[in-house]
Amino acid sequence: MKARFCAALLVLMLALGFAGMALAVKPDEMLADPALEARARALSEGLRCMVCQNQSIDESDADLARDLRILVRQRLVAGDTDQQVMDYVVSRYGEFVLLKPRFDLRNALLWGTPALLLLVGGVFIVLTARSRRPLATKSLSADEQAALDAILHRD
Amino acid sequence: MVETGHFALVLAFALSLVQTIVPLFGARLNNQRLMAVGGPVAVTGFALTALSFVALASAYANSDFSVASVWENSHSLQPMIYKITGTWGNHEGSMLLWVLILTFFGALVAAFGSNLPATLRANVLAVQGAIGAAFFLFILATSNPFIRLNPAPIEGRDLNPVLQDLGLAIHPPLLYLGYVGFSICFSFSVAALIEGRIDASWARWVRPWTLVAWMFLTGGIAMGSYWAYYELGWGGFWFWDPVENASFMPWLAGTALLHSAIVMEKRSALKIWTLLLAILTFSLSLLGTFLVRSGVLTSVHAFATDPARGVFILCILTLFIGGSLALFALRASRLTAGGLFHPISREGALVLNNLFLTTATATVLVGTLYPLALEALTGDKISVGAPFFDLTFGPLMLPLLVLVPFGPLLAWKRGDIIAASQRLMAAFATALAAMLVTGLFIDGASVFAALGIGLAVWLVAGALTDLAVKSGVGSVAPAVMVRRFAGLPRSVFGTALAHLGLGLTLLGIVATLSFGTEKILTMRAGETVELSGHTLRFVGLYPAQGPNYSEDRGRFELIGVSGSPVGEISSAKRFYPVRQTTTTESGIKTLGLSQLYLSLGDEAKDGSVVVRLWWKPLVTLIWGGGLVMMAGAAMSLMDRRLRVGAPSRRRKQASAETPAVLP
Repeated sequence: MKARFCAALLVLMLALGFAGMALAVKPDEMLADPALEARARALSEGLRCMVCQNQSIDESDADLARDLRILVRQRLVAGDTDQQVMDYVVSRYGEFVLLKPRFDLRNALLWGTPALLLLVGGVFIVLTARSRRPLATKSLSADEQAALDAILHRD
Repeated sequence: MVETGHFALVLAFALSLVQTIVPLFGARLNNQRLMAVGGPVAVTGFALTALSFVALASAYANSDFSVASVWENSHSLQPMIYKITGTWGNHEGSMLLWVLILTFFGALVAAFGSNLPATLRANVLAVQGAIGAAFFLFILATSNPFIRLNPAPIEGRDLNPVLQDLGLAIHPPLLYLGYVGFSICFSFSVAALIEGRIDASWARWVRPWTLVAWMFLTGGIAMGSYWAYYELGWGGFWFWDPVENASFMPWLAGTALLHSAIVMEKRSALKIWTLLLAILTFSLSLLGTFLVRSGVLTSVHAFATDPARGVFILCILTLFIGGSLALFALRASRLTAGGLFHPISREGALVLNNLFLTTATATVLVGTLYPLALEALTGDKISVGAPFFDLTFGPLMLPLLVLVPFGPLLAWKRGDIIAASQRLMAAFATALAAMLVTGLFIDGASVFAALGIGLAVWLVAGALTDLAVKSGVGSVAPAVMVRRFAGLPRSVFGTALAHLGLGLTLLGIVATLSFGTEKILTMRAGETVELSGHTLRFVGLYPAQGPNYSEDRGRFELIGVSGSPVGEISSAKRFYPVRQTTTTESGIKTLGLSQLYLSLGDEAKDGSVVVRLWWKPLVTLIWGGGLVMMAGAAMSLMDRRLRVGAPSRRRKQASAETPAVLP
């Protein structure tokens, strides 16, 4: 499965002229300040490489991902907060770059489905169980239970 | 040979039509002779498909470039193993493998299904035949692997270098055995709906088939994950990529099916729900085939993006999913609901399991399809990536995993939650201790790490508790205990192993994500690097020549405490001239259950090389847990109750061989 994906990725990279495969984050991109670099890495993990399939720019070795990584680091060095960096990238590349879709009305169905389904399923199960309760609670009388225990513990 | 294969494929298509129509009418008219046609036709259809597949494989093995598919995906210099695995390393060949496995399962029903009621068997084979007919037609019409080229090219275009790996030999066949194995459950469900009743033999058959399919799918996904891990060169093992999700959804639904089928078999409850789940599981397999094969996933995924194929598979999808669900809507009310149970019981626990698993399946489905739907409807493009699934799928799994150890300890019909909790006290204490140790004594451990490790230990200890309780630890003499342990049904071991495997996988995931370390640096020959207590010396870069590639292999020595080398890791950058592609061969050193993972980057002009190094603690448990889950399924399949029917089966087979005596 995965291989099909990366095979296709390679084909695409080839088509776009990125013949060479290289590592994602390169030493020359990295910031000297470890705290800033850590923030850059964390932000990179949430940004999508535009020419890849569901891959973050932190994992991708495409040139475009590298450009974005450098952009993120430039903004951080310039003193932006994490949110400002994200907003800046989105303003330039659109919401498509966000691997985590925004919580807004348009994505309500996306974010809401799990909770909604769990709720509907849970209510359904409870209602079904209730409608069957009379039979389910029918249990053995004390005499029957004693007789059963006697049989079960005979050996 | 190629023409023979082509002809066999056309014949197999024709036979699949016979397999669909004749037994179906036979079952309606209650005509034994017509119904009996299904079996031999299914076996012959499988034989013909196998012949067709062998013909294609031999064209690949002999590098017959007059066949278009071979020319596009093979090269005369490729090692033989990759020539053969290349047969299914492309769209046409992989579809042929798909129908080969489909007809194989059909033939299995024909061969071992003689103890089934005649009408049920006939209907199952008919449905199986219909699925086959649709896909044979798809192959012949849009993806024919036997198309010839004239004039024949001298040399092929090489198999995609990423696929030139042993993973291709194992991953797709396993995955398809799982995917397509669920077709049997689907056929049984549709057959039951056609008949309008579910009898005991239905329940007996569906669970083992679900187990078989689930076992292979588990293996296929685990194998695919490991392949991606070492082949892609950045050490990730799961990417929430749509193509991965396509195989994960049937797995989740199949896991739910596995559990509800147990309830149905043992207690004949949840019949209608199990039937629906069986339909949904295979529908998700079909959906996966559609997503991967049609190129709908923004086209980069599929090997070829041909709208004709996409539309064709979409039609198959609509026909089978829509048809079976419509049949379900019409007929489900006729089926009688089964046994009753108290909410706190084994059945109740399994219902809860199903609630969480189906919600999780739906979450993955929505996450995968939402961007496609949104783009189609509004034109807006959004991405749904790992952060979404971490935030939705994760919280859904949490309660499920907490509840797992309770299930097997609850009695059928009416369980005692207090007694079960008391039995799990030791497991709970162990998990709590693991959580505290992780949180307090390991540097940099997060809340996630402590919770995750605790949960994983809880699952493992819970599985062991189940075995201990059932063999009477603490309440009987040791000799009796050993005897009881040895006498436990295999399915009890199966359950415990599968849950244990789940815990191990979780342990591997949490440990790798929380305690893994990474270093990216530039190194020259002779330099050393230290990561999480392991020292590596870069020996140098050595060029080498492979059969169809050239490579630069970076050799590294693992330095022991004494300062002398104790092992070697090498990573290479390979260049495949035919496709002008470079790949990275990662270097992996397994130390205990953990791994050192090394990936080579670009070489600078001064001879220094970019190196990316990871320490991945307990990472092998991720896939090891998958193997343990498979072992659990295998163990469960060996359970006595699946074999008890054997003598009667033989007897009936004998009578089936003399059809003249039948009325």
